[in-house]
Amino acid sequence: MNLSKDLMAASSTPIVLGVIAEGETYGYEIVKRVEELSGGALQWTDGMLYPLLHRLEKQGYLTSRWLVGDSNRKRKYYAITDEGMATLNEQRQQWQVINKALNQIWRDMTRSDDHDVQFV
Amino acid sequence: MMSNSSNQPFELEQNIAQWREFVLRRAAILEEDADELESHLRDQIDALLERGLHVDEAFLVATKRIGNLEAVSKEYAEVHAGRLWRNIVWGGDKQSWNTDFYLALLLACCAAVLFHLPKLFGFTPETHEWVFARNFMLFCLPMLGAYYVVKHQLGQRGWYWLIVASLGIATVINLMPWQDPSATQSLSLLHLPLFLWFLVGILYTGNWWQTDGRRMDFVRYSGEYAIYFVLLALGGAVLTALTIGMFSFIGMNIEWFAQQWLIPSGVMGAVIIVGWLVEAKQGAVENMAPVLARIFTPLFTLLLLTFLVIMLVSGRTFDVERELLIGLDALLIVVLGLVLYAVSSRESGKAPSLFDRLQWLLIVSALLVDLLALAAIASRIADMGFTANRTAALGENLILLVSLSGYAWLYWQFIRGQWSFALLEQWQTRLIPVYAIWAAIVVFIFPLIFGF
Repeated sequence: MNLSKDLMAASSTPIVLGVIAEGETYGYEIVKRVEELSGGALQWTDGMLYPLLHRLEKQGYLTSRWLVGDSNRKRKYYAITDEGMATLNEQRQQWQVINKALNQIWRDMTRSDDHDVQFV
Repeated sequence: MMSNSSNQPFELEQNIAQWREFVLRRAAILEEDADELESHLRDQIDALLERGLHVDEAFLVATKRIGNLEAVSKEYAEVHAGRLWRNIVWGGDKQSWNTDFYLALLLACCAAVLFHLPKLFGFTPETHEWVFARNFMLFCLPMLGAYYVVKHQLGQRGWYWLIVASLGIATVINLMPWQDPSATQSLSLLHLPLFLWFLVGILYTGNWWQTDGRRMDFVRYSGEYAIYFVLLALGGAVLTALTIGMFSFIGMNIEWFAQQWLIPSGVMGAVIIVGWLVEAKQGAVENMAPVLARIFTPLFTLLLLTFLVIMLVSGRTFDVERELLIGLDALLIVVLGLVLYAVSSRESGKAPSLFDRLQWLLIVSALLVDLLALAAIASRIADMGFTANRTAALGENLILLVSLSGYAWLYWQFIRGQWSFALLEQWQTRLIPVYAIWAAIVVFIFPLIFGF
C-alpha cells in the first residue's frame, strides 16, 4: 500500500520521536523499527530520515552523539530530550483525537453498509 | 557474508568511496552528514548480504533505498538554511558567472548615469545638495533590485513591484514640503537607505521572505554585503588617490574630476557590483566573516565596558550630551549588527563555546549602555519636551532595549544548556520586520508629525 505524501509527512515526526523515546538509537535502526512496527507498510526513503532527524535536533527535541558501536562502525546516536518528550505527548493527544474520530466514522460506515445489505 | 565479499574484494569499498564523493558534491551535505549516510549504507548492505544478495546487488539496492540524492540534499538544505545559502551559489551553473557580471556591469553603468542625469537640468550636488541627499539611494538601490529580479527570475511581478515601489517612494520623498534644512528631513533621509535595504531584501529573497530560514539568509547577505562594500571602497579610495597623485606629478590637477565624476560614479556602480560579488564569490568571504565577528566581538565588549566604567566613575551618567547620545546610538546599532551577523553565521547545532559567553557579555554591556542612553533621553524629554530627534532616539533605544534583552535572555539560557540555539535564531528573524517598520515610520510618518 502506498501511503500519501501528506500523511507520511504529518506522521513522521511522532513516529520518529516515538521510536527514539524507546531508547537511544541511530538512523538505520529507526528505519528498521518503523518497518517492523508497520508490518512493512511504511517504507521511507532512507535518505530523507536524516534531514528530519537534524530538524528535530535543531528544534531541541533530540540530542545526538557519535558512538562506535558493534562491528566497529561509527554511528550517530539520537536521544530524546524533555522538550521532545513534551512534543511527543502533545502529538499523541492530537493523533488520538483524529484516531477516535476516524474510528467512529469507520464504525458508522460499516454499520450503514450492513444496514444496506439487510435492506436489499 | 564474508565468502560473498571475498569474490570481489575491492569493488565494494571502491563503490562506496565513489558514492560518498558523489554525495559530498552537494553543498548542503557536509562531511559529517556523509559519514552518517555512509554508516547507514553499510548497515543496509550488511543486512542485504545476510539475506544472500551478491555484493553488487546489495550495493545497488542500498543506494536506491537512500533515495534520490537531489531530493535528499534539498531536504538537508531546507533544514540547514545556512547551507542552502551556499547552495544558491555553488549549486548553480558556474558558466553563468560571466553573463551575471555583464548584467551587473550594465546596471552599475545605469546607476552612474542616473546620478549624473540631473546635471543636464542644472541640478548639481553642489547647488542642490538636499535634492541629491533625497535621491542618491534611489539611483542605485532599484538597480540592485533589478539585478535580483533578473537573476532570481522573479518575472513580471518582480518588475511591477520594483518599479511601483521605486517610483512611489521617489514621488513621496520628493513631494514632501521639506523645510530645509530640518532635523526631520535629516532623520528621514538617514533612515531611508535602511528602509530601502529591506525592500532590496524582499527582492533578494524572492517570495520566501515569510520563512525564518530565508530571513536569516537576508541577514547573512547583508553582512557579506557590508564587508564586500568596505573592501571595494578601500580599493576605490586607493585607486582615486593614486590617479590624482599621478596626474599631479605631470602638473595636471584632476581633483575636480575625481570629486564630481569618478567618486560618485564609482560609489553608484559599486552598490550593484557588490550585489553581484556577494552572490558569485560567496565562498571567499564565508570563511572570513565569522573570524571578523570573533575578532571584533571582544574588542567592542571592551570598548562598551570601559565606557560604562568611566561614565559611572566620573558620575556623568545623566547629563549625557546630545552628540554623545548620537554616537552611542550609532555604536549600539553597529553592535546589534555584529550580533545579528554572528548569530547568522553560527552553525546552530554546536554546543555553547567560549565565544558564546563573550557574545553574551557584549550583549549585556550593550544593554547597559542602552539603559544609560534611555535614561539620558528620558531626562532630556522631561526637561525640554519632544522633538523629532529625541523621539527618534527614544524609539530606537526602546527597540534596542527589547531586542537586546531578548538576546541576553536567550543566550543565557542557551549557555546554561536549557534552550536550543534555534530559539535565539527565531528571536532574531522575527524581529527583522520590527526594524523595517520602524525605519518606515521615521521616513514617512515623522515628517507628518513634526511638520517636515
